[in-house]
Amino acid sequence: MKNVVKYREVWLLAAIAVLIGLISTRFPGFANPANLRQVFNDTSILMILALGQMVVILTRSIDLSMASNLCFTGMVVAMLNAAHPAIPIPLLIVIALLVGLVLGAINGLLVWRLNIPSIVVTLGTLTIYRGATFVISGGAWVNADQMSADFINFQRTAFLGIPVLSWIALLVIALFFLVMTRTALGRSIYAIGVNPTASVYAGIDVGRTKFIVFCISGMVGGLAGYLWISRYVIASVEVANGYELNIIAACVIGGISIAGGIGSVGGAVLGALFLGIISNALPVINISPFWQMAISGSAIILAVVLNARGERRQGRIILRKAEAA
Amino acid sequence: MTDTPAPRHIPDRLDKPLSSAIFSWEALLIVVAVAIFAVNSFASPYFLDPWSLSDLTFNFTEKALIALAMALLIISGEIDLSVAAIIALASTMMGMAVQAGAGAPVLVLIGIAVGLGCGAFNGLLVTKLGLPSIVVTIGTMSLFRGIAFIVLGDRAYKGYPASFAFFGQGYVWWVVSFELTLFLVAAVIYWFVLHRTSFGRRVFAIGNNPVAAQFSGVRVDRIKFILFCLTGLMSGIAAVLITSRLGSTRPSIAQGYELEAITMVVLGGVSILGGAGSILGVVLAAFIMGLVTFGLGLLNVPGIVMSIFIGLLLIIVIALPIVWRRLRGGRFA
Repeated sequence: MKNVVKYREVWLLAAIAVLIGLISTRFPGFANPANLRQVFNDTSILMILALGQMVVILTRSIDLSMASNLCFTGMVVAMLNAAHPAIPIPLLIVIALLVGLVLGAINGLLVWRLNIPSIVVTLGTLTIYRGATFVISGGAWVNADQMSADFINFQRTAFLGIPVLSWIALLVIALFFLVMTRTALGRSIYAIGVNPTASVYAGIDVGRTKFIVFCISGMVGGLAGYLWISRYVIASVEVANGYELNIIAACVIGGISIAGGIGSVGGAVLGALFLGIISNALPVINISPFWQMAISGSAIILAVVLNARGERRQGRIILRKAEAA
Repeated sequence: MTDTPAPRHIPDRLDKPLSSAIFSWEALLIVVAVAIFAVNSFASPYFLDPWSLSDLTFNFTEKALIALAMALLIISGEIDLSVAAIIALASTMMGMAVQAGAGAPVLVLIGIAVGLGCGAFNGLLVTKLGLPSIVVTIGTMSLFRGIAFIVLGDRAYKGYPASFAFFGQGYVWWVVSFELTLFLVAAVIYWFVLHRTSFGRRVFAIGNNPVAAQFSGVRVDRIKFILFCLTGLMSGIAAVLITSRLGSTRPSIAQGYELEAITMVVLGGVSILGGAGSILGVVLAAFIMGLVTFGLGLLNVPGIVMSIFIGLLLIIVIALPIVWRRLRGGRFA
């Protein structure tokens, strides 16, 4: 089974290499390391969000409220910064994580305690959180000139030649990798996705694990909220409107099965990179950005078709084992 | 285990005591609707005017038309997130036809045909390739709206013929709009199909247990394909109405409609897991959502704040019966 998972990521990596190769034929500078670092940096926020969404999807749930969470938390942080520029950035990041955690915990509690399907809960909180952003801001924007220089420059500061934003993404990727492959929580998340009933018999508290998973996606949404606002230096109600589907798209392209239990940190990261490369490359090879949506749509459909074939192959292996036994 | 039980008489339909009707989901929705109606008429003196009540219906009929077909699709255990994108694509195609000099009847045909085609495309991907519909339709959602963006970019199509305006702006009789009439007729048809035909029973059977339905001789894939086509068709009809009402097409038209239509369906008591639901519930939910947004609109509440109420309504109405059951269960336990 491990081979199959690796197989899929290798294919995705190959697809990305081909994509970069194709772009390079039109724009030779695209493949040079400096530009690729730039692409990675541009995709960092999507990667972080995709990882948060991944753990939710692995448990057969879905979090549609991530982009609204991002919008709300971003607004909270931006308003705090505008009102009290003295608050140090690390503290603001902690606040962003906490606000995101609270929003995620609300989703998690409704899913855990009331057993409402996650798609319904997060469909509701999707509109509630974005509406709440309007309520706290009164519809006003927080502009670049209201934000402190630290607030804007923190993620752009280069550390060992790489911007802090990329470092944060790398740190988040490492954390998720450790949790998913080296902890009981990570194993439980996979187990719930593969077979929730068996997980209960194995002593896993399915409801509580789902709650934790939503807390994780909430915190990730909160972190992304600060990063997004300080990157695009504008906080408004419209921030990341509709972005929740991009996050899910990155997961799907990364080979994470919407039916739960299948997927990896590497897949989510590569899926996000794939989308990031497309959106970065189109302008430099003179294709109108209006093509981006249709191209990523086609990529999603193609990815689902390929994923489904991968999953079916896995089914056959189990059958063959049973025959041999 | 030795003696087989005597064959029992199984009624076609179980007798429902009056109490179950009183505590049904639809009854809850009616109470909510009446309450909101009453609050609205107290809150704003303009609310009870027939013309403003008529305006109210324009708020939800287009989404509600889609919600009718979406209800069947969700009952069968599938979902379609691409409906708003289908509207965008159908509207764009109608716009292209207008540039080529097409008249109103041709425009309507194009809108409906594009909707049907998109629905069939979704249906083929889901049934022939066996893919999960939620992901497929996230993909086609980007694809369909993406095509609209490729065609239109940041431009807009205008110049729809005057005779085309009737569908979205016309009145059949006094304050009764064409849109409302169409919705009510469609609701009756969908009610009949879902609750009074064997096709409807099969839709429920598929939602409850697709494997068992398959072994009972239900052509699961074909019915699912038909349901995707129907959802596409209704989106095409909605595209005709909204294009006619707005008189212009932008690629961002009907953005977010898919989530509102699904909210209507879920608020209407359809189980998001499939297998349960009623058309009456969906119709009531559509009116409730229309009442909430229109009432708040009369009170000058901005649209984004209204969405908080819709979101809260969705979660509270879903959570209420669960909490209620738990409280009652707790007392006797």
